[in-house]
Amino acid sequence: MEDATLVKLTETFDFLSVRASGDHSALNCPANKLFEVAQSLRDDFGFDLLVDVTGIDWDAASPRFSGVYHFFSTASHGYLRVVANCEDDINPQLPSISAIYPAANWHERETFDMLGIRYSGHPNLKRILMWDEYPYFPLRKEFPLAGIETDLPAPDVVETTQAKVKSAPMMGGPFVSTRSGPMSQAEPRARDESWTESEEKPTEPSDEAKR
Amino acid sequence: MNETTQIAYDSKVEGEVIVTRADAVVNWVRKHSVWPMPMGLACCAIELMASGGSRFDISRFGMEVMRFSPRQADCMIVAGTVTYKMAEVVRRIYEQMAEPRWVVAMGACASTGGMYRSYAVMQGVDRIVPVDVYVSGCPPRPEALLDAMIKLQDKIGRESSVKAIRGKAPAKEAEQKAEV
Repeated sequence: MEDATLVKLTETFDFLSVRASGDHSALNCPANKLFEVAQSLRDDFGFDLLVDVTGIDWDAASPRFSGVYHFFSTASHGYLRVVANCEDDINPQLPSISAIYPAANWHERETFDMLGIRYSGHPNLKRILMWDEYPYFPLRKEFPLAGIETDLPAPDVVETTQAKVKSAPMMGGPFVSTRSGPMSQAEPRARDESWTESEEKPTEPSDEAKR
Repeated sequence: MNETTQIAYDSKVEGEVIVTRADAVVNWVRKHSVWPMPMGLACCAIELMASGGSRFDISRFGMEVMRFSPRQADCMIVAGTVTYKMAEVVRRIYEQMAEPRWVVAMGACASTGGMYRSYAVMQGVDRIVPVDVYVSGCPPRPEALLDAMIKLQDKIGRESSVKAIRGKAPAKEAEQKAEV
């Protein structure tokens, strides 16, 4: 994207600040101004396509959650990233822009499903990937990849099968390809193959025990 | 007047009576008309479709009548990743199939969860439905599926033809005991 648009944007909205970015232009935006900015981006700046809505969990940092928006202009062929921090770390909330960009509807539902960011003004804010009663937000930092044991959504199926949502066996995983080179030699494998769920990781004698 | 029609069963050659076991006859009938239902959940379903196509031609082995309704099928081919959200649906569809019914877990995901060691994926469809044949592969080639289906036919040929009734017996026994 041309710098001119970025300059014009920061001039029009003095609360916007340029954000460090490795690729496309990026801006920081206060959460309460997001709707206004999105409206202007579509109507005045030609960003007619909302490519992606997602979020980031910064773990221990505060503000903990950020909403990330990628806009695209089909006229100037440029991307713009807008990041808005959620003020509340416990109950993160952002304004919904699905009234401006209908594409945001499902994206915001997904971000809510995965990170628990609530979008105020969303017409139908419910989970989109996990089932409605699922008690966790899987992409939050404290959530383990293997999952947490909980109940399946259908009581009758649970009654006949005794099935549960169980945490997946990690077997020393997660399974990643650590080596470069031909794929035949870089098969994904567990980083630490010394333990499985049945054979626990051998604990190294601590320094105190050595003494 | 005395013209005779050649029929498949020739009493002059084979005699008036054939002696066999009921199981053998029933299973022979069953195993040569397996009606599979594709439970296509991921990329394995594409290989399943290839198995049904003319190049691999599943009909050579007598199981080409793919039905997309569980009411009309007796073999569910679970082809793909079973998520916890989908598990309920898979179980319900299985329950809608009439007895006798069989399940083939096609591919790594349906068999064990495959590469998806994650919070969202059921680690093997055998946690909710009884699986008769597991097929390895990610996805399995159509030949592997055909091999699995032939193995399923062998298995059907060996099992008791009253499996369904026997399967329900414990509940009935329990009822009777309760009545006594």
